[in-house]
Amino acid sequence: MRGLLAAGLAAGLPACTRTADDGATVLKFWAMGREGEVVTALIPEFERLYPGVKVDVQQLPWTAAHEKLLTAFAGEAMPDLFQLGNTWVAELAALKAIEPLDARVAASATLDPKDYFAGIWQTNVIDGRLYGVPWYVDTRVMFYNRELLARAGHARMPATWEGWMAAMRAVKKIVGPDKYVILLPHEEFAPLLVLALQQPEELLRDGGRYGNFRSASFRRALQLYADMYREGLAPKERVSNIYHEFSTEYVSFYISGPWNIGEFRRRVAPDRQHTWATALMPGPHGPAASLAGGSSLAVASSSRHKQAAWQLVEYLSQVDTAAKFNALTGNLPPRRANWSDARLAGDPPAQAFRLQLENVRPEPRVPEWESILAELRVMGERVAHGDIGVDAAAVALDARTDRILEKRRWMLDREARR
Amino acid sequence: MKVQRAAWCFVAPALLAIGVFFFLPVAAALAMSLTDFDIYALADIGNLRFVGLRNYIELLQTPLFWRALGNTFYFVIVGVPLSIAASLGAALLLNSRVTMLKGLFRTVYFAPVVTSLVAVAVIWRYVLHTRYGMLNYALSWFGLEPVDWLGDPDWAMPAIILFAVWKNFGYNMIILLAGLQSIPHDLYEAADLDGAGAWAKFRWVTWPMLGPTLLMVSILSMSGYFQLFAEPYVMTQGGPVQSTVSVLYFMYEQGFKWWNLGVASAVAFVLFAIMFTITLLQLRVARGLDA
Repeated sequence: MRGLLAAGLAAGLPACTRTADDGATVLKFWAMGREGEVVTALIPEFERLYPGVKVDVQQLPWTAAHEKLLTAFAGEAMPDLFQLGNTWVAELAALKAIEPLDARVAASATLDPKDYFAGIWQTNVIDGRLYGVPWYVDTRVMFYNRELLARAGHARMPATWEGWMAAMRAVKKIVGPDKYVILLPHEEFAPLLVLALQQPEELLRDGGRYGNFRSASFRRALQLYADMYREGLAPKERVSNIYHEFSTEYVSFYISGPWNIGEFRRRVAPDRQHTWATALMPGPHGPAASLAGGSSLAVASSSRHKQAAWQLVEYLSQVDTAAKFNALTGNLPPRRANWSDARLAGDPPAQAFRLQLENVRPEPRVPEWESILAELRVMGERVAHGDIGVDAAAVALDARTDRILEKRRWMLDREARR
Repeated sequence: MKVQRAAWCFVAPALLAIGVFFFLPVAAALAMSLTDFDIYALADIGNLRFVGLRNYIELLQTPLFWRALGNTFYFVIVGVPLSIAASLGAALLLNSRVTMLKGLFRTVYFAPVVTSLVAVAVIWRYVLHTRYGMLNYALSWFGLEPVDWLGDPDWAMPAIILFAVWKNFGYNMIILLAGLQSIPHDLYEAADLDGAGAWAKFRWVTWPMLGPTLLMVSILSMSGYFQLFAEPYVMTQGGPVQSTVSVLYFMYEQGFKWWNLGVASAVAFVLFAIMFTITLLQLRVARGLDA
């Protein structure tokens, strides 16, 4: 029995150590969802360039990634480097869980900050220091049924909110009472957030100390959102397969990200393929901003192999690696250099993203943002169901946000006193 | 004296284990519920504040907590009687002399209990689908309008109750079946001699003889149903419009999604207090019935 136990322990041991049998450094790299699957194809080339380093890629599901990173931090089991949703950068920076990268970027021969879309680069800068390198970008644009829109008398996607609503009403007249126009899924905060980011006022005020959802700006965005439900343009029920419902014209507008280019190509019915297109988000008075989403690569402060981890970040950020990554995933590269590539420049659905990327706006960079977003999502849902009015919702959202930010205010005040 | 010391030596390992793995965590959670332990405190313990009863007071002022409590009570008050009625009905059927293929039915009814909840929840989501689901298709035979089971705030909880009752009734059924089989046969024979009908036999023999089993089953179900979590977690994520957020789901989100462990611990103790009170009441009522 004891012998068996010892053998078991011995077998388990190599997993705990950080060096492989041949003395090479082993980098633990966490990546989410599809990226985690695909990035393994890029690793052999890196291992060839840096013979002393082995990369151990571990995949996390997106839905559990945020919890998993915090749990890993709490349990002191962080990987050496990891993919990081760019709205989480502030949170992990506040925990001092990730390394500032300014010096390494300045010394890098291949990484040029000026080549990156400015809005996306900014999402990684917290209090003037850089904590991550953008890996791919995913702003949101409008996916729409151009054939139906043309039948409704609009040759192209309108650029203003007013024109957009008019176009949707016209489509609604054609499809009739049993069908809808725009899908705004209850489990997503992004559509409402995009409308809110198009407004001039900030979503948090006083340096992220209080919510600013009571502003006229935000209430305008929420009102537009509420109107889409009130006028029967958006379905309240859950839609389990958007591609099928798009093919049947059950819904024909959908605010979504670049991963859906591939999905629409694969999953919309073949005889409906010619109907879908992408367009810039309509804004209050014309083309306006969208959210600056995407993932970054970050190096853990607890890592014992920061130099090697940085080399992998640098390698994955190179123009040619990014081009391969784009070909494998459809994820959009954050560097302008990649966009002159024929693959992207000649792809019509990608062009809306190309234009939108020049006009994106970062979300507030406070560690509590993820939980504020959850409140935003729930409030959007309550407004959609007519559970609460727009003004009351704005007040309630501010109250919830102010409570979430209470600890932050205390910490900022304490720092100021020191 | 010596005997006593020996006794302590024998009990000590067990006591130690209970102390370390039961009392210590509970005490730590109680202490934590008096602080604002969160992700900042995790990063640097200097960011921890002792806040006294603030977590509890704020909890009682949080509309979502009350809503979660209301949803949980709804689930318990409708779900527990339904579940016990279903298991009792199934147990009576299986116990009756006229039923064929008892073994098969026992297995079929018990199967949902042992199947993975996540797997069956995925299938039930299809059954409950508004436009393509089987349930609405069946309703349409009776000329009923389709119901948006998981998307309508008024129907989401009934849908979850339906699912939970289906998932769990087999477990209680087995216990009740054992209870039924332990009722002495001569009681029924005596009742037959007195000319009792089926209902009279149920009312005057089965029901009182099953009393203790039913009490145990109701306490077990109640405490199980108060801990509603996995069903809304898999089926609705607390939606739509938070109509299926239960107390435990609320606690999970506070604790493990946002790492507000102080608040989450407070929620745990409030839930404990509620369940403790209700079980005491249940026992008292049962004792009152006996007397």
